[in-house]
Amino acid sequence: MLKFDRVTKVYKVGAFGGGSFTAVREASFEVRPGEVVSLIGESGSGKSTLGKMALRIASVSSGTITCDGTDVSTLRGHRRLKEYYRKVQGVFQDPFSSYNPVFKADRVFAMIRSEYHPGVSDAEWRDKVADALKVVRLDPDQVLGKYPHQLSGGQLQRMLLARALLLDIDYLVADEVISMLDASTRIDVLNLLADLKARGMGILFVTHDLALGNYISDQTVILHRGEIVERGVTSKVFADPRHPYTKKLFASVPQFHKKWDEVEAELRAREAADTSSQPYHLAEGQAVPSELVEVTEGHYVQPFHPRAAV
Amino acid sequence: MTAAQPLPDPTTAAEEPAAATPEAPQREALYFALRNPKLIVGLSIVLLFLLVGLVVPPLLEHGPNERYAPPLLPPSGEHWFGTTQFGQDLFTQFAYGIRATFLVGLLGGGIAAVIGMTIGFVAGYKGGWVDEVLNMLTNVVLVLPTLAVLFIIAAYVDSYSVTTQSFFIGMTSWPWAARAVRSQALSLSSRDFVDLARLSGVRTWKIIVRDIAPNMSSYLFMTFILLFGGAVLAAAGLDFVGLGPSDGMSLGLIMHQAVKWGALQLGVWWWFVPPGLGITAIVGAMYIMNVGLDEVFNPKLREM
Ligand SMILES: Nc1ncnc2c1ncn2[C@@H]1O[C@H](COP(=O)(O)OP(=O)(O)OP(=O)(O)O)[C@@H](O)[C@H]1O
Ligand SMILES: [Mg+2]
Repeated sequence: MLKFDRVTKVYKVGAFGGGSFTAVREASFEVRPGEVVSLIGESGSGKSTLGKMALRIASVSSGTITCDGTDVSTLRGHRRLKEYYRKVQGVFQDPFSSYNPVFKADRVFAMIRSEYHPGVSDAEWRDKVADALKVVRLDPDQVLGKYPHQLSGGQLQRMLLARALLLDIDYLVADEVISMLDASTRIDVLNLLADLKARGMGILFVTHDLALGNYISDQTVILHRGEIVERGVTSKVFADPRHPYTKKLFASVPQFHKKWDEVEAELRAREAADTSSQPYHLAEGQAVPSELVEVTEGHYVQPFHPRAAV
Repeated sequence: MTAAQPLPDPTTAAEEPAAATPEAPQREALYFALRNPKLIVGLSIVLLFLLVGLVVPPLLEHGPNERYAPPLLPPSGEHWFGTTQFGQDLFTQFAYGIRATFLVGLLGGGIAAVIGMTIGFVAGYKGGWVDEVLNMLTNVVLVLPTLAVLFIIAAYVDSYSVTTQSFFIGMTSWPWAARAVRSQALSLSSRDFVDLARLSGVRTWKIIVRDIAPNMSSYLFMTFILLFGGAVLAAAGLDFVGLGPSDGMSLGLIMHQAVKWGALQLGVWWWFVPPGLGITAIVGAMYIMNVGLDEVFNPKLREM
């Protein structure tokens, strides 16, 4: 289990490290084996930061991330980290900067080979790579032996996914992995993720696309300005969103027959009409706690001020 | 995929093994290097001078400071570069001088490059307190008045060879290189491909050498050329004020003597033009090489 426990990330910003910026605040959730957790939030809400902390690319400022019981920040030394990456891998958001421009794109495979499979014969490795590429719907002849600038964003993205499949991993951090794919390839990759999940892999699926999150995930985590405002079983969160931000987010999916103004007005009216009192409603002047409140079984929401604007 | 392998396409056959082995990028770079006119021209000039410095001196029967010919002879079949006011053969001096120039450039520039690049890479990649400590060290050496220090050292050391001179120059001329390399390494190490290499279990030093450095190889070579040129000029400056090596000859020393004995006023151009041209040609040829190398290492430039 990949477990985030009150994880906070503070970036130092500005000259001389004077300023600081809290990108993630007290985030707690889990990714269990055989489960897809979609991490949804607007741009800049801290999704990639959470993923990078799980991958040990960014340090955790406070709180802990544990992988099957091991605190990842205690993984010091090259050997232990290498063992960690045998189990946990990631695909970064920006496929273009994930490749070293002076080398051919397939070097990402060669690195895995030289570090993790040094004994494998050329022929065997070629087959292994070809298999991994086939799974992500890539033609080896079309992508091998080319430089990154000669490949499309979608091709590069899928090669990164194929790269992660070369290792027998337990957890995958997939940061916007299908943002650059067309509809038909997208469905193939989604089905691939479903397949991996069925084989017991735990996937942290970062996205800002609600439909995708709903389609693929078991659990949903809604992130807003670095804080988790709502999380839980995907079906419950999508059917019955409680936090005003979640509601607004869901309402903001474009609809053919409605303008945003109408949608927003409707949302307002409904909120004003709702005078019920809930355990997660805060009284005037009460500070927002970081602990989430359970609404129904497996559905949590951050307490909020009922009639404040989001 | 079926068991039948497609026949290799003859046009890509040369690149085919490249995908299989990790050494391949170097082999491929070599392939393009051997077909790059700028690189070939620059390298040829540098090698020509190097050859003169290495091969010619042992063949000459007179030493560079030997006074055996009539003074101030213009270039002729007998004395290719003419003679000095003291009847020394200028071609002999030139050949020995090239030797010293390469030694100073390679050794002084090399020492400075190794120190500067190591510090720059480590500071840029590691960041944090490591960066701050190394920055401080760099700044301390940077504000040392290098030439003044060299003067003092040169004045106090008795046995003073070209090697010693190169060593001192190398130890004091690296700070700007460290800074330049650091800022490049810093911006490169925040790129995702560095993180991906870490995710692939690659060690830090390997990432620096194999992922970050190749992205700035032409930049590194440029740095070395400038350090090389800087070391040559610093040596010439020392030689010029009479603090050159006590034994030996260098291009700077020839120019120093030319100026000292009024070659400029007498119009004895053959005394100072060849050493000046020599230094310019060596540094200039290395610059041309650098432009060529840029094309070799940058796959995008290759296609233009
Ligand atoms: N290295 C860094 N130093 C300082 N601030 C950073 C750094 N990386 C990210 N941030 C800030 O942290 C916040 C969260 O960034 P993050 O990349 O996690 O967002 P995101 O949710 O992935 O957004 P997107 O959907 O656009 O990818 C942003 O405001 C960003 O400016
Ligand atoms: Mg992101």
